[in-house]
Formats: sequence, structure tokens, C-alpha cells
Amino acid sequence: MIHYLVRRLLALVPVALGVATLTFAIIHLVPGDPVVAMLGETAAPADIVGMRHQLGLDRPLLEQYAAYLGGLAVGDLGESISYRKPVSQLIAERFPATIELAAAGLLVALLLAFPLGVIAGANPGGGADLAAMSFAIVGISIPHIYLGPLLMILFSLDLRWLPLTGRGGFEHLVLPAITLGTALAAILARMLRQSLIRVRASDYMRTALSKGLSARSALLRHGLKNALTSVVTIVGLQLGALLSGTLITEMIFSWPGIGRLLISAIGARDYPVVEGCVLTFAITYVIVNMTTDLVYAIVDPRVRIS
Amino acid sequence: MIVRIRNPSLAIGVTTVVAIVLAAILGPMLFRADPLSIDLANTLAGPSRVHPFGCDALGRDVLARVLYGARLSLSISTVVVAISLVVGSMIGATAALSGGRIDNLVMRGVDIVLAFPGILLAIALAAILGPGLIDLAIALTAMGWTGYARIVRGEVLTLRERDYVLAAESLGASRSRLLMRHLLPGVAGPLAVQATFGIGGIIGAEAALSFLGLGALPPTPSWGNMLDAGRAFLLVAPHLTTAPGLAIGLSILGFNLLGDGIAQKVGHRA
Repeated sequence: MIHYLVRRLLALVPVALGVATLTFAIIHLVPGDPVVAMLGETAAPADIVGMRHQLGLDRPLLEQYAAYLGGLAVGDLGESISYRKPVSQLIAERFPATIELAAAGLLVALLLAFPLGVIAGANPGGGADLAAMSFAIVGISIPHIYLGPLLMILFSLDLRWLPLTGRGGFEHLVLPAITLGTALAAILARMLRQSLIRVRASDYMRTALSKGLSARSALLRHGLKNALTSVVTIVGLQLGALLSGTLITEMIFSWPGIGRLLISAIGARDYPVVEGCVLTFAITYVIVNMTTDLVYAIVDPRVRIS
Repeated sequence: MIVRIRNPSLAIGVTTVVAIVLAAILGPMLFRADPLSIDLANTLAGPSRVHPFGCDALGRDVLARVLYGARLSLSISTVVVAISLVVGSMIGATAALSGGRIDNLVMRGVDIVLAFPGILLAIALAAILGPGLIDLAIALTAMGWTGYARIVRGEVLTLRERDYVLAAESLGASRSRLLMRHLLPGVAGPLAVQATFGIGGIIGAEAALSFLGLGALPPTPSWGNMLDAGRAFLLVAPHLTTAPGLAIGLSILGFNLLGDGIAQKVGHRA
């Protein structure tokens, strides 16, 4: 196990390096001059030269790249232009909010998906199946940018049950989490239904039934356990969508995470912050993916981790 | 008389997609309101006979803007998916046929692009390129090609061991003939499924980018920037978010069902 962990962690290094390089390339090689963009077309040439020097953009590209990687190695992401603070500090302050939102979204997805998937998969073709799967196809199709405002109209403005925006206690988390988690819930429910239908036809289910288990407990005790691996797989595949969904959800609900930091930095042309946020999202995703593989090995003993 | 539809996803998907495409092409010709003309007397007006979907904060007709938004959304997503499909397939096929080092290098590149979750890469690119339709298309294509590359590589690797391909190869078929005549037709099914879901995905991504101010800029009507502008008037004029929101949802639903339907038909799951 430890051997496997170490190997997976080492395999992270080239991917992380590639991610850092691509992020650097997007910011530094794509046409468009960040300094002119920051100062405006009418800026005095002396100011432009000064700003370029201050950001180190007048140095050769390779030197900039080396400095960038050197900084990364010690957790230095540069300094924000608009906040005049270290980028790593800005991100560290907001990262917990983003993780909280993503975790809550995942929780909503799981809480919705299991009942829906089991109801649909227990009696495929029935009315409950049709209802659950109709909900699922709508859930997959409704975009965050519409579901968010819809929930706001209903639960904040109309019923006044929940706060409109911002981060605070549990009640602040409910609507953003539902906005974020619904699509994943729908995908998982469909997947769960399919695995349950497949599992029902298997030999061990027939054994469970013939030894006298009721259809219900056979499905819950044996069927669900075996369908769990496909749930973990889909969660793993969909985590990227969930993570980039936090970005949109944070904008809709004024949630103070790194997604909102990224979008406001784009507006302010604060490129060190843009670079840092993009990198943080990507590295988080890579690490989370690795974690899913580990969970997969725990859930399904047939997956050998060597 | 009850007609039993064997593939309801396909039937509903085709109907929805055809309806949306027709609305985009014919809509602005039949409903001749100007999506850009400002009429402050009608600020935030609710639905009426003259303005079936009401008016926005500047008194512009919402139905006209949704119809023009459909043109933008459908044309961008079709172009982006077409380019992603061609570029991705070429890269995937090259990797599979070259094998060894080149294959390894290409697939590591795909892994790195895929390490950027969801629309993050498109957001980063759009941030640097600046807003605008061509830049938007470039950003979305940079994000979208990897799926096609993976599918084509995977399928080509399996197909090239098949007897009919080996037979063609031993008869002296060139690599390009092998690819065009024997390998790519075998990949057509899964690619069609992926591309159909892809159009729905790009419609959603385009709307999200425009919503964030990184896509189509006002006054150009796009579903995403209409939703963004409507957010300020959720309570007084909910029709401003409902109209573009339903348009995005229905389009994605239509292409998802169509994708499901095609997948059932060709027996491939994307």
C-alpha cells in the first residue's frame, strides 16, 4: 500500500510540471500584452517599461520560466497587482470556501442519487423509474447559471427561507450546494440504475434470493454494494465538472472562494492571481483524482493496488 | 391507435433539435423585432402580444434576443465541435498508428490538458485572448479536442488488429488508405455519439463563458450574457432569466437525448 502510494505520488510530478508549464504558456505566450491590457492603450511608454520590469516580463522567457518554477517549488506564486499581497496568501484565504462548496455539492449529489437510482433500478419500467429518470435527464440538462437564479427566486426571494448570497452558516450553503450537485446527482442516479439492473441478473443475486432473502434486502445488501464501484468511477470522472462548477456557482452566489477570485482577477487583469488560481484548480483536480483511485481500491477489493 | 416508439430518446431528441435549429434559422425572419433596438418606454415590460417574452432593462424584445442567441449558440457550438472533431481525430489516429514514443508523448499531452477541470482551460484562454467570438471559439476548441483524440486512438488501436484491416495491410494498402477506408468508418459511430453530446456541452460552456463576461459581449445577444444581465432583476422581471435559461436547458436536453438515442442505435456508449 505504502509502495503504491509513493509511486502514485511520484507519478504526480510530471503531470504537475506539465500543468504548470501549460499555465505559464497560456499567460506568457498567447498573443496579447498583459501590461498594455493592465495600463490601457494610452499609457505612457515609460510606465509600460516600468511595469514590465516590475513584473519581470522584460527578462528572457526561459529565465522567467525558471524563476516561475523556482517560486512554485517553494510555494511562491508571485504578488498580486491589485491586492498588493502574495498570491499564495490570497488563495490560502479562499481555498477552504471552495472546498466546502465542492464537498457540499458532492454530498447533495450522493444524497439525491442513491434514493433516485435505487427506486428506479428496483423496478425498471415502472412509474417511479420513469419519474426518477425524467428528473435525471432534466437535472443533467439544466445549466448552473439557470438553476442558481431559479433557486434564488424560489427559496430566497419568494419563500424567504434561505439567504440570497454570501458565505455563512449552514443556510448559506444549501442553495449553492444544490446548484452545484444536481447535475452530478442526475448522472449518478442514471448510472446507479443501470448497475442495479445489471446486478439483478447476476448469479449471486439469484443465490441471495434462493436462500430466502427478500427482494428488497437482497438488492440493498448485495446489489447496492456491487453497484458502488461504478458510482466511485463516475464520481471520479465527474469531479472535474464539479470543480469547474464551483467556479460558476461561486459567481452566482457571491461565494468567497478561488473561483470568484479568479474571475475578478481576470476582470482586473491581475495576471499573477489568474495564473495562481488556474494552477491551484488544476493541481487540486489532479490530487483529487489520485485520491479517487485509492478509494476505488478500498471499495472494490478486486482492484489490486500494485 | 398507439404507435410504439422503439427509441423514444432518439424521437424526442430529433424533434427538439430540429425545432431549435428551425427556430434559429427561421425565427428571426418570422418574428421581425430588432434584438438591439432600445425602447425605454418598455423597460422590464412583462410578456404581451407585441412582446411575447417581454422586454429587458433597456426595453429590448426578449424573444428576438433569444432567437438571435440561438443562432450564435448553435453556430459557435457546431463550428467548435467540427474543428475539435477533425483535429482531435487526426491527433488520435496519428498517435495510434505511430505508436511508441509519439503515442506516449501525445497521450501525456492529452493528460495534461485533461488535468484542467471542466471549462477552466477555456476560461484561462479566454481571459488572455480577451472577449470576442473568434477567441471564444478558440478557447472552447482548446478544451474540446481531447475527447475525440482519446476515442479515435482507442478505437484505432483495437480495429487495426482486426482481420479485415490486417488483410488490407498485407495487400499493400498505404497508411492513409488504411485510415480513410478501413479505420475511420469503424470509429464513426462512437464519434457521432461524442459529437452530439459535445454540441450540448459546448452550448453550456459557451453560455457559462458569456455569463462570466468572457464570451459574447453585450449588446450582442447570447443566452449566457442575457442570463447574467437578468440576474439583477430576478424579483421584478423573472422572464429575463427564464427565457434564456429555458433555451439553454432545452438545447442541452435535446442534444443529450439525441446522443442517447444515437448511442442506442449504434450500440456504443460515449
